[in-house]
Amino acid sequence: MPQKKLSIRIDGELISALEGQTILQAARANKKYIPTLCALEGLTPVGACRICLVEVSGSERLFPACTTPIQEGMSVITNSPRLTRYRRITLELLLIERNHVCAVCVSNGHCELQAMATAFGISTVELAYNFPKLSLDMSHPRFVLDHNRCILCTRCVRVCAELEGAQVWELISRGIHARIVSELNEKWGNAASCTSCGKCVQACPTGALAEKGRAVEEMTKNLEAVTSLVHRRGVQA
Amino acid sequence: MKRITIEPVSRIEGHAKIDIQFDDQGHVAGTQFHVTQVRGFEKFTEGRPFYEMPGITARICGICPISHLLASSKACDAIMAVRIPPAARKLRQLIHFAQIVQSHALSFFYLSAPDFLLGMDSDAASRNILGVIAANPELARDGIELRKFGLLIVEGLAQERVHPSWVVPGGVAAPLSSTIRDRILSELPAAHAIAERTLRFFKGTLDEYKEEIEFFGSAPTMYAGLVDRKGNLELYDGGLRFRSTAGDIIEDQIAAEDYAQWIGEASLRESYLKAPFFKPQGFPAGVYRVGPLARLNAADSCGTPHAEAEFKEFHQRFGTMVHSAFLYHYARLIEIVYALEKIEMLLSDPQILDTHVRAGAGVNALEGVGMIEAPRGTLIHHYKVNEEGAITWANLIVATGHNNLAIGRSVQQVAEHFIDGAKLNEGMLNRVSAVVRAYDPCLSCSTHASGLLALRVRLLDSNGALLDELASN
Ligand code: FES
Repeated sequence: MPQKKLSIRIDGELISALEGQTILQAARANKKYIPTLCALEGLTPVGACRICLVEVSGSERLFPACTTPIQEGMSVITNSPRLTRYRRITLELLLIERNHVCAVCVSNGHCELQAMATAFGISTVELAYNFPKLSLDMSHPRFVLDHNRCILCTRCVRVCAELEGAQVWELISRGIHARIVSELNEKWGNAASCTSCGKCVQACPTGALAEKGRAVEEMTKNLEAVTSLVHRRGVQA
Repeated sequence: MKRITIEPVSRIEGHAKIDIQFDDQGHVAGTQFHVTQVRGFEKFTEGRPFYEMPGITARICGICPISHLLASSKACDAIMAVRIPPAARKLRQLIHFAQIVQSHALSFFYLSAPDFLLGMDSDAASRNILGVIAANPELARDGIELRKFGLLIVEGLAQERVHPSWVVPGGVAAPLSSTIRDRILSELPAAHAIAERTLRFFKGTLDEYKEEIEFFGSAPTMYAGLVDRKGNLELYDGGLRFRSTAGDIIEDQIAAEDYAQWIGEASLRESYLKAPFFKPQGFPAGVYRVGPLARLNAADSCGTPHAEAEFKEFHQRFGTMVHSAFLYHYARLIEIVYALEKIEMLLSDPQILDTHVRAGAGVNALEGVGMIEAPRGTLIHHYKVNEEGAITWANLIVATGHNNLAIGRSVQQVAEHFIDGAKLNEGMLNRVSAVVRAYDPCLSCSTHASGLLALRVRLLDSNGALLDELASN
């Protein structure tokens, strides 16, 4: 059965989109840019990062574009001074929460967080760095997990569960203590369910998950490898 | 008792401070050379994957990041237990020699030329690279060109001038293209000409600096430097040689992994820099120097034709063992000639274009040491890792560290000879700073290349009351 068409406005422009689509999907289908970090095509959106917040007329609240379904007659603003302010604060909070030292990071120059911060003109942060003492898991023969660089977007959790079907990754604890763990908090190298496919590494937007042996600046991610799978397997985007 | 503090010492890489005390007659009673930065790289790299070390430790310094990249990558090669491909070894040497040229050019033309060219007593306000440009534009231009040549190679290989991440554990990240090789080769003759011109100029001024040559840190010490199997000067590989003050070879061909048998490290109360010493002679008797002067004292010959001729002339003028720290400048110029010749030899070898430039491996040894001759002297990176490859312990001995004690002694000697506490003048104090600059110490992570650091000297009496003050900006 063909999906019902809805009319909405994005930044004043009238567009038609399919019922059931999120604001982000409708925007992308119409070549409208909304910045995102945790959203990845083909994975269930979770609204974790809050970079994609948009304004919806008639509401004072801001809505995450990646998880909010469109409604007939909805009018969405993707860019405003208020949104920029919120997005900048969100990025700053991500930058100060853990230890993001771009200069010596394997993903320097290929990092989505870094690129986003650059795009928003963040050259320094105003909030105090948190400098938590965090560990690395180097037990996997091919990959390494560095909690210092993780922004808890959970793309790894979802790509592993939804595309690979292995469900190695989980989140534990809450708030500032939250972190991703492999297989019931086992060391990654001991996780029997891990197929070493590397999808989590490719899906990770920062240097938190990387291939072993990559020197500074050498870890380029191949998102294409993950998203193309989505199309091939016919997963609903 | 009066006391003078020179802080910061200007035109050096990093931050240092000199204290001079006087007795009641205004004679120098004592001096201390303090390094006032604390860095902590050895501590905060604990837990990091070993293969990240080159990138992290390159951040120690903005002038010689390549030295740290190389020493660190060699330590990582040892942990991986790989022999890197021959082309990779040659390319690493190539970038190393390029960095020697640019770093020595920086030290000579930008940081120290103001002293030779304008005079130790010249107006402090214009005694900097801008003053050099005004007084001798050709020399200044030569300096800029030579430094550019070094950076051209670094950039051609690594695609970046500062902090390139092209040198990696197991080799290098990408091969050399013939276009870039040809470009470097085409600019080589001009670089050679500059090096020769500058040497001629410097030799011509030597007569004016008899007093400096005699009293600038001329106290004899032992010397250490890498040499190849035949005793030739070596900057990338080779074994460490220690020569006595008198010129006897005390130890030879010390392999990187054995350094700790011969080099001890003492902590000093007045400085954050540790003081390495030659173990068999204990501390502080085992003081030795490293760097260009020490290398030319340690080696039997240079092994390249032009540098070899200069090497012979150098030793004919000043003896088999050359002790004056002032002559570090001379040695630096000879090494520029040597490095340019080596660059030419490397680029003439067709193997330099080979595309197999990286060996891969995991953790095959739990410990690795990398040792090279950085522009300022022997540099050692020593790491221990666990089975997963996380750093559990790191020790870095940087070039300036070896010279720490000798710099302190040189400061004392210059202060005693040139400073009269009764009538302080800036030229006297500049000589104290100049002897520090002769060693081209690199105490920092950051580039202070302009030579325009503020220098403030305060003369205090024993109660701390200000007697005299000199300032430059
Ligand atoms: S992209 Fe929508 S919340 Fe992260």
